[in-house]
Amino acid sequence: MSAERINWFRWSSPQAFYPLAGKLVPWFAVMALISMAVGLYEGFFVAPTDFQQGQSYRIIFVHVPAAWMSMFLYVVMAAWAGIGLGLNARPSFMMAQAIAPTGAMFTFLALWTGAFWGKPTWGTWWVWDARLTSELILFFQYLGFILLHESIEDLRRADRASALLALVGVVNVPIIYFSVQWWNTLHQGASVSMTAAPKMATTMLAALGFMALGFWLYSLAVTLTRMRCLILERERGSAWVQYAKVL
Amino acid sequence: MQWHSLDMFLAMGGYGIYVWPSFGVTALCLIWEVLALRFRRAAALRLIAHRSVEEGLRP
Repeated sequence: MSAERINWFRWSSPQAFYPLAGKLVPWFAVMALISMAVGLYEGFFVAPTDFQQGQSYRIIFVHVPAAWMSMFLYVVMAAWAGIGLGLNARPSFMMAQAIAPTGAMFTFLALWTGAFWGKPTWGTWWVWDARLTSELILFFQYLGFILLHESIEDLRRADRASALLALVGVVNVPIIYFSVQWWNTLHQGASVSMTAAPKMATTMLAALGFMALGFWLYSLAVTLTRMRCLILERERGSAWVQYAKVL
Repeated sequence: MQWHSLDMFLAMGGYGIYVWPSFGVTALCLIWEVLALRFRRAAALRLIAHRSVEEGLRP
């Protein structure tokens, strides 16, 4: 083992992570903006009209990326929670805390845009089918995670209890994902999957890809920013934080 | 290009009342989250500045 090997654990100390995150955030933010701008341009001006749904299908360009992020962020949050429990590492718990509000927001957006897509295509804002119901449950899981942490005064206990809740709740993610196959749902099956050829025009797929990439980069920028806030709030007793304004 | 005027674009083939609330609320949520984090950071820094003045920690 050479001494030049990067010591990744170095970044697990809040003092080292704080300025690193601060340097990364502007890059992620700018790339997120560019990616979303390209995605919106592709989605509204390049992608053709859907022959069945007319223009209402364009909601896909926010709905699907938001729904993907809602599930992806939950898995990442649960993974940090698991690492936190396994290693008893405070920064891991804080990462889970930093992700939760963004995950909840994307879950809300998936439900909201879904309702506005469901009304013109199905004739209803909401049905209690397996896909919609399990996604609503995911929203409550995020809220439960946040509220449980808020409600316990002792930070160490709050971290552990909410991490356990996040970890147990991860079973819902495959249920959401496969719900359209396991049950007879009003919600359609996947338009994009790893195993089958995409069922839509390349330009539509490109728009979807850019929007998804944009949301992903946005989530990185925002969760790292929230992590920096959490560090400031939790470390306010330590000396280095006095210089945080310039880091 | 499928839009011949701004009105046509805004109408979204009659689906404007569904398309724009979807994109609009998404934009509002993202902007709101970014602003909320700015305020949160400012508040945290204010608290730290207060503390260091009180305790005479400020160099």
